Amino acid sequence: MANRTKVVELEHVVIRFAGDSGDGMQLTGNMFSDSTALAGNDFATFPDYPGEIRPPQGTVSGVSGFQVHFGHKPVHTTGDLCDVLVAMNPASIKANMRWLKPGTTIIFDIDSLNDKALEKAGYTSDPTQDDSLSQYKLVKAPITSLTLEALKDFGWDRKAMLKSKNMFALGIVMYLFNRDITVLNAYFNNKFKNKPDVIKANQEVVAAGYSYADAMEIFANTYRIEPADLQKGKYRDITGNVAAAWGLMAAAERSGRQLFCGSYPITPATDILAELTKYKNLKVKAYQAEDEIAGITSSLGAAFAGCLAVTTTSGPGLSLKSEALGLAVMTELPLVLIDVQRGGPSTGLPTKAEQSDLMQALYGRNGDAPLIVIAARSSADCFYTAYEACKLAMEHMTPVIMLSDGSLGNGSEIFRIPRVADLPAIVPPIAKANDPEYQPYRRNEETLARQWALPGTEGLRHRIGGLEKADGLGNLTTEPKNHERMTYLREEKVNRVANYIAEQEITGDPNADLLVVSWGGTYGVVLSVVEKMLEEGKSVAHAHFRHIMPLPKNTHEVLSGHKKIIVVENNRGQFANYLREKQPDFRYEQYNKVQGLPFLTAELEDKFNDLLK
Amino acid sequence: MENTNIDNQVINLTKEDFVSDQIVKWCPGCGDHAILKAVEDVFPKLGRRKEDIVVVSGIGCSSRFPYYMNTYGFHSIHGRACAIATGVKLANPNLSVWIVTGDGDCTAIGGNHFIHAVRRNMDMNLLLFNNRIYGMTKGQFSPCTFRGTVTKTSPQGTYEDPFNVGALVIGAGGQFFARGVDINTKDLTETCMAAKNHDGMSVVEIFQNCMIFSNGVHANITAPDVRDDMQVKCVDGQPLIFGKNRDKGIRLNGNSLEVVTIGENGITEKDILVHDAKEKSTGIHMMLAQMMPPQYPVAMGVIRNVDAPTYDDCLTDVIANESAKAKIQTVDDLLNSGTTWTIE
Repeated sequence: MANRTKVVELEHVVIRFAGDSGDGMQLTGNMFSDSTALAGNDFATFPDYPGEIRPPQGTVSGVSGFQVHFGHKPVHTTGDLCDVLVAMNPASIKANMRWLKPGTTIIFDIDSLNDKALEKAGYTSDPTQDDSLSQYKLVKAPITSLTLEALKDFGWDRKAMLKSKNMFALGIVMYLFNRDITVLNAYFNNKFKNKPDVIKANQEVVAAGYSYADAMEIFANTYRIEPADLQKGKYRDITGNVAAAWGLMAAAERSGRQLFCGSYPITPATDILAELTKYKNLKVKAYQAEDEIAGITSSLGAAFAGCLAVTTTSGPGLSLKSEALGLAVMTELPLVLIDVQRGGPSTGLPTKAEQSDLMQALYGRNGDAPLIVIAARSSADCFYTAYEACKLAMEHMTPVIMLSDGSLGNGSEIFRIPRVADLPAIVPPIAKANDPEYQPYRRNEETLARQWALPGTEGLRHRIGGLEKADGLGNLTTEPKNHERMTYLREEKVNRVANYIAEQEITGDPNADLLVVSWGGTYGVVLSVVEKMLEEGKSVAHAHFRHIMPLPKNTHEVLSGHKKIIVVENNRGQFANYLREKQPDFRYEQYNKVQGLPFLTAELEDKFNDLLK
Repeated sequence: MENTNIDNQVINLTKEDFVSDQIVKWCPGCGDHAILKAVEDVFPKLGRRKEDIVVVSGIGCSSRFPYYMNTYGFHSIHGRACAIATGVKLANPNLSVWIVTGDGDCTAIGGNHFIHAVRRNMDMNLLLFNNRIYGMTKGQFSPCTFRGTVTKTSPQGTYEDPFNVGALVIGAGGQFFARGVDINTKDLTETCMAAKNHDGMSVVEIFQNCMIFSNGVHANITAPDVRDDMQVKCVDGQPLIFGKNRDKGIRLNGNSLEVVTIGENGITEKDILVHDAKEKSTGIHMMLAQMMPPQYPVAMGVIRNVDAPTYDDCLTDVIANESAKAKIQTVDDLLNSGTTWTIE
C-alpha cells in the first residue's frame, strides 16, 4: 500500500505505545520494533509497565507503555521525549505528559473518552477540550468503534473484538512511518497457529487502521527513516537480561565448564534465571533456591565442585549475599554475581533503574574483601560483560560482580550475532590429578590465582573455608604475618587483573576541555549528547568505564589534560567518590539524578555547555 | 566434570585413609571425638573412592569436622552448609556429600536451608550434632534447648519450647530420619550406613554431649543406668521392645502410642507395634520422633526410611530428556534462533 501524503525524512524517532495494562501495548510495541528491524533501522526498546500485576483499570497507575527508539543513525538509547505517543485512554495521556515535547503527535482513541474515564485518570476537565494539550498534535482516532466495525462480520462478542483494538492503532502507526503491513503476517501466522480466523481478524484490523489513516488524511505528512548504516552481519533484538543469560552460557561452552545458576526471584533480575531455566538442553543447571543466601551459597558450592557458578540478584538481594561474597573472596573460588540494579535503599523503587549499588559492590563486605567489579553499558553489551565476568572469575579465581540495571535488563536493542568460537578463549587454572606440587593456596606467579582442584580428582583432597589459611599450604592459622600477607595477596590478585583488561577508551579529543565520565547504563544517553556536541565543534570528550575494580591501567592518562571532569551518574556520586579515592590528582564535578528516571539528553547537554562556558 | 563411576569397583580403604594430619581441637571429653571415630569407621565402607567424598559444614564446634577428615571439604559460614552442599551435589551428582552441623547452625540460622534441603530430598547425608546449646560462642541457648534452661542469654531460664528435630524433618517432608548417641559408636555406625544407603536427604540427629556448656543434657536418656529403659531402638520389621529386661514395648492404642509391659494385663509381644520405617504416611513416625521422657523412651535408630524421587536425579533426568529432544544443541544455535535479520 502506498500512501498519498507528503513523506518527510527523519534521522530518528521515539514512539511510545501506552494503554491500560490489558490493552496489549507490549505486544504492539514488539510488533512495531520487529517491523523496524525489517526496515533496516537501528533501534532500542523499553517496556514501562506498572509494578502491580493487575492495577486498577483506567487509572494512571495502570498504564502500561512500550517505547521504541529507531533511526537511520546509530541509536544509543531507548529514547527520552517522544515524537509520537499512542494513547489508548485518557490515563495514558496523563501518565506520559512528562515524556511529551512541543509538537509530539498524540494518537488518541477518542472512543475511550467519557466522564468516568476522565475521573479515573484524575482529570478534572477534558484535556482534549481545554488547552492542556495545545502544544501537541492531537489526533482523535475512533479506534474502538472502527475496530468493532472492522470485525462486525466475525460473529465475536464485543470483548473478543476489543482485544484487537491495539492492532488498529498499530495500523495507524505503520501508515505514519510508511511501513509495509504485510510484514506483520509472519508474526500473526506464528502467534496464532491453527486459529485462521484470529489471524484474519488481526490482519483486517491492522489494514483498517492503515486505511483509516490514509483515507481520513489524519496526518499532514508521513515519515520515512532510511535504513541505518549498520555493520554487515546477522542481527537480532535482545534484552539485557537475556543477553546476560546467553553471555553466561557462551562462557560455559567456551570454558568447558557446566553452568550453574543458583538464584532467587527478584525484580528486575528474575528474567536471567527464568531464561537460564529454559536451556536444560544445553545442560544449564538453573536452580531456584529458597532465598538469596541459598542462591549464592549453592552457587559457591557448585563453584567448589567445578561449575561455572553464577548468581543473579538486585540491590536488596546483594545485601543478603554479602557474607557469602566474603566467603567467595576468602576461598578464592570463581563466582559471578549479576546485580540488576534498581532504586534503593531497601525495597526502594523495584521497577526503576538506578546506579546506586556501586559502593555496596565495591566494599559491602566485612574485612578487606576486594573483588572485580565490571558494568554493562547497554542491553546487548550485557552479553559481552557477562562473558568477560566469567572469564575473569575463572582465570583469576575470584568473585566478580557485574552491574547491570533495570533499564538495561528490560530494555532491548539490536545485537549483531557473534560466533562463540570468535569470543576470547577461557582457560581456568584447573589442577591436574595427583600433582605432587599441589597446594590449595599455591599461586600462579603472574596472576596470583590459586588452582582450581575439583572434588572427584585423585590426589588433590583438600579443605577450604571461611577461616584464614596459611599461604600456600592452606592450613588454618591465625599467625599475624600470614594474615597480613594473605590480605595483601587477595588485594594484589585483583589489582593485577588490570593487566588483563582493555585500556580505557576515550571518545573525542583526549585533551578536550571537558571530559565527561560515566559508567554502566548511562552510556547511551551520555554518548548521544557528546556526539552531538562534537558535531557542533565543542571541546568535549567521553570516557565510559566498563572496568571499575580494578580501573584500567591508563585511567590516570585518560583523566589528565582536561580543564574540567564531570562524572554523570544515577546516584549521589558513588563513582565520583571512588575516583576521588583512586585517582586523587583530579577535581571531579558531579551531575547526579536519582528520580528512577534516566537522564534526558537535553538536561545533559545544558549541563555540559554550562561547564564549557 | 571429573566424573568417575566407581560403582562396580572394589574399594579397599581403611580408617587411616581418612584420618587427617590436623590437630583435633575439640575439648577433651567432647562427644565430637566419638562421632569422628564413628565416621572414620563409616567412610571406608561407603564403597566410594575417597576423592568422591565431600564434607561440608557451617560454623560451630561440630563444623570443624571437615578439617579432621582427609576428604574434599568445605568449612563454610554459619547456617549455610545445606545450601552449599546442595550446590556441590547438583554440580557433580557423582559425589557422596556429607553435611556436618549442629543444633544452632542447622535449626536456627540455617533453618531455612535445612527444611528446604529436606523437602527437596537432595541426595545428601546430614549429621546433626545436637547438644542443645551454642558451644563455640560459649553457652547461649539454641532452638533445641529445653524450656526453662538457664544459659548465658537466658539467666531466668528460657521461655520458649524447643524444636524436636525429628518432627521438624518429618514435618518438612523428610524421607529419612534417624537418631544416635555420640558414645554409642556401634549403633551410630550402623545408622550412618543406613543414611548412606538411603537415596535422598538422610538426617541423623546425634545426641552429643558438650562437657562445658550442657554437660549431662542427654544423661536422662544416655546414662548407663537408664539408657535401656529410656531408649527404644527402631529396627525395621521388629517390634518396638525395650527395657533392661526387654519387657517393655510401644503399643498403638487408638490414635496414640503408649508404653506397656509385656506380661502385665494380658499384654503379649503380639500387641507391640512392629516398626515399619518404610511406611509412607508420617503419622506413626511423627509420634515416635516426638516421644520424650519421662512418659516415653526416646526412639533411636532409623525412624523413617522411605524411598522417594531425589531432586538431583530429577534434574539429571530433565537435562537428559531435554538434551535428547532439543533442536538447539549449542549456544551458536541459540544465538541464531528466533527472529533474526541480515544486513548485507
